Amino acid sequence: MTSAITLNDYLAISGLLFALGIAGVIIRRNVLVIYMALEMNLNAANLALVAFSKFNKLPEGQILVFFIIAIAAAEVAVGLAIIVALFRRNQTVSVDDLKTMRL
Amino acid sequence: MNVHDILFWVFSIVMLACGALVIFSRNPVTSAMFLILLFFFMAGLFVLLEAFFLAAIQVLVYAGAVMVLFLFVIMLLNIKASERRKFNVLAVIGGLGVAVAFVWELAVVLRRPVQSLTTGAGEFQGGLQDVVRPLFTKYMLPFEVTALLLLVSMIGVVLLSKKDLR
Amino acid sequence: MNPVWTILFAPLAATVIITVFTQRWKMLSALVSVAAILLSFAFTLGLFWAMYSLSKQPDHEVLSVPGPSIHWLVIGEVVRIDFGAIVDRLSILMLLVVTGVGSAIHVYSLGYMKGDEGMSRYFACLSLFTFSMLGIVLSTNFIQIFIFWELVGVSSYLLIGYWFEKPSAAEAGKKAFLVNRIGDFGFMLGILLLWGHARTFDFVELQKILPTLGLSSGTLTLIGALIFCGAVGKSAQFPLHVWLPDAMEGPTPVSALMHAATMVAAGVYMLCRVAWLVLPSPEALLLIAWIGGVTAIMAATIAVAQNDIKRILAYSTLSQLGYMVMAVGLGGPTQAMFHLTTHAFFKALLFLCAGSVIVALHHEQDIWKMGGLWKKTPITFITFLIGTLALAGVWPLAGFYSKDEILLLALKQNQPLFAIGVFTAGLTAFYMGRELFVVFCGQPRDHHAYEHAHESPAVMTGPLVLLAIFSIIAGWAGEVPHFLDPHEEVVHSNLGYLLLLVPVAGFVLSAAIYWKPVPSDAPMQASLGGGWTLIQNKYYIDEIYLWIVKYVQGTIAAICEWFDIWILQRLGIGGLSVGTGLLGRTVRLLQTGSISDYAFFFSIGVTVIIYYVVVK
Repeated sequence: MTSAITLNDYLAISGLLFALGIAGVIIRRNVLVIYMALEMNLNAANLALVAFSKFNKLPEGQILVFFIIAIAAAEVAVGLAIIVALFRRNQTVSVDDLKTMRL
Repeated sequence: MNVHDILFWVFSIVMLACGALVIFSRNPVTSAMFLILLFFFMAGLFVLLEAFFLAAIQVLVYAGAVMVLFLFVIMLLNIKASERRKFNVLAVIGGLGVAVAFVWELAVVLRRPVQSLTTGAGEFQGGLQDVVRPLFTKYMLPFEVTALLLLVSMIGVVLLSKKDLR
Repeated sequence: MNPVWTILFAPLAATVIITVFTQRWKMLSALVSVAAILLSFAFTLGLFWAMYSLSKQPDHEVLSVPGPSIHWLVIGEVVRIDFGAIVDRLSILMLLVVTGVGSAIHVYSLGYMKGDEGMSRYFACLSLFTFSMLGIVLSTNFIQIFIFWELVGVSSYLLIGYWFEKPSAAEAGKKAFLVNRIGDFGFMLGILLLWGHARTFDFVELQKILPTLGLSSGTLTLIGALIFCGAVGKSAQFPLHVWLPDAMEGPTPVSALMHAATMVAAGVYMLCRVAWLVLPSPEALLLIAWIGGVTAIMAATIAVAQNDIKRILAYSTLSQLGYMVMAVGLGGPTQAMFHLTTHAFFKALLFLCAGSVIVALHHEQDIWKMGGLWKKTPITFITFLIGTLALAGVWPLAGFYSKDEILLLALKQNQPLFAIGVFTAGLTAFYMGRELFVVFCGQPRDHHAYEHAHESPAVMTGPLVLLAIFSIIAGWAGEVPHFLDPHEEVVHSNLGYLLLLVPVAGFVLSAAIYWKPVPSDAPMQASLGGGWTLIQNKYYIDEIYLWIVKYVQGTIAAICEWFDIWILQRLGIGGLSVGTGLLGRTVRLLQTGSISDYAFFFSIGVTVIIYYVVVK
């Protein structure tokens, strides 16, 4: 059975997910939710890579995704540690309160 | 219309809905839950793309480890869900605007005819061995470096979590 | 080396030597200056003798010794300015006048300026002036003549303001230079307009190609009128005459040399030099003639009511210059040059006599403090008398011939101007008689000054006598006009003898009023009333000019000030500074310190880049 789903469809989905991620980063005030939106972005990229890998019949895409997942995990760990440290200092996770610059 | 296509559409649309809900949930724990759901459906899409190894890794690492970590931190910080954050209309408009712009660009690009890659194509079928063999031969260096990176990040996290740096 | 260069540069050398080397030794500087001009005079005489002999031969009609010429400024094909010397009948005559009268006045200055603090400066400036004047005479092209024109103006400024500690003298120097400048502006416009059509400055070339240029009569008239502007300024014609009376602030020999004999005559000389430029245009000629005529009669009326011994002579000079300009306007450059020559002699003589009187009475210049001087200063009196008769045009002195030529020309061409000329001649005799009788005859009015009066030393009376002799003989046999233009016949009409009645009548009238020792002008004032006030105040022309300048300049200054404050300062500089501040403050608002804002800008940037790289 040949599939009617083309590469373009996968890329469209990936793109939409990425757009959602960016919107989330800009819209939300909670640092943790912003971080989660960033993870969404990474996943969108992963999807695109795997789709390319499948449709161009190359293993490199999947290998790269492997690395991305690993690195993303490390990044999340460090990022969350920073957020925790921030929270300990300022007692808040709202981005609005986390600025010291005066207008 | 076969199962493959139907599944694709189902997974995709639900995944996108989860993504929207991640952003627009009030409670961060709810957002985290929806994100986990998103990862699951993403894994489903990976399976449809015959990247079984990666689907497994996705569930294990992302949904299993990363999100758990997220939830730990959320719980740790004890954020009250009733904390009403003020709705910044400007930010919403800005964010949606950027998203729309990006989607429009995407549409323009995707309308163009796809140039298919001809070199090196053909042999890869998606089996596990075909994925992993290059990993341990050609891409050995990045592999080891990634391992090192994990070590370094671990040290960093430990350091950052200290209450006082002594 | 060509002797012409010696004539031109000897005075310049004197100026340089005096300024650089001998400023400390006053008498030495004076002698250097006198020696220089005597040298020039000697060479001029030699040159003249050669030309004169040559002119007597039958086949030398157009007498022009080829003068030297140096290419001075060459810009491509377009601009070629030479520095040369032209020696023809016109210029040799003028050279004789300048160096001859100049020598006499230089010698006279030795006596007049003796003991003055800045005598070296005086003689340096005088030599500079001589150099500049000779430059004008010898110029071969418009640019060269303009350069020397301005140099003469500078010399005039320096010499009028010689006693610069006196504020009135400094003011007079400035006035002379500025009014001259106005005329020079028109002059320059005329030169450039002509060059625009003809592409050359040289007189000889221009004279040749002028008919071939095909200029419209309007253009020709305009060029003629503009170039005439230069003469209006330099020769003090109406309306730019106001500087000449004030120029009497300078030392009397300066008044004699520059403002009687030579510098003011430069305008007339220039007109004669380029007569071929104005002769084709009847409108320009009419303009010139009428301005000359108006100047003549206006100045004569003012002279009647003046009380300063030198001012009367100054207005008389204005009047005679008017005659000369009128002659050019009537198409008679030869007659104008003739009158210029004779006028140089007797006017210089009159001024030097006035200087003699001033020195005799210890620098008194008001005629109503003089009187009865004929006993104390006989030589001065006799020579002044001769000068007066010559100026009034009494036969057989020089003025009779030259003035008559002009009047005859006017009779033929323009009867109203003839009437003006005749009436002015009568006025001339009247006011000169007034001056003669009040100063020299009758009883002294100020006995203290009279007691100390004495005749001047020989170094001063010598030139007086010399000039008096020339005033007598210069008109005879029509030699001068004949030399200038062999083709023109000298007309001796009997009308000239009839016209003799006019100056005689003038003298008789003035004798009737002033022969008796009257103390002042009161009777005249009473009888003429308002008219007398008008002419005594020079028709209030100076006041009118001041008012105009004040209001025009005031208005322009106000406009400029408004422009400067509102547009340049507030709008321009203020606008720039305020604008920069506003811009800075606006851009600064982008830095909020909020992460999500930064993320927003970041994503916008990414979107734009994607747009330009991928979508385009």
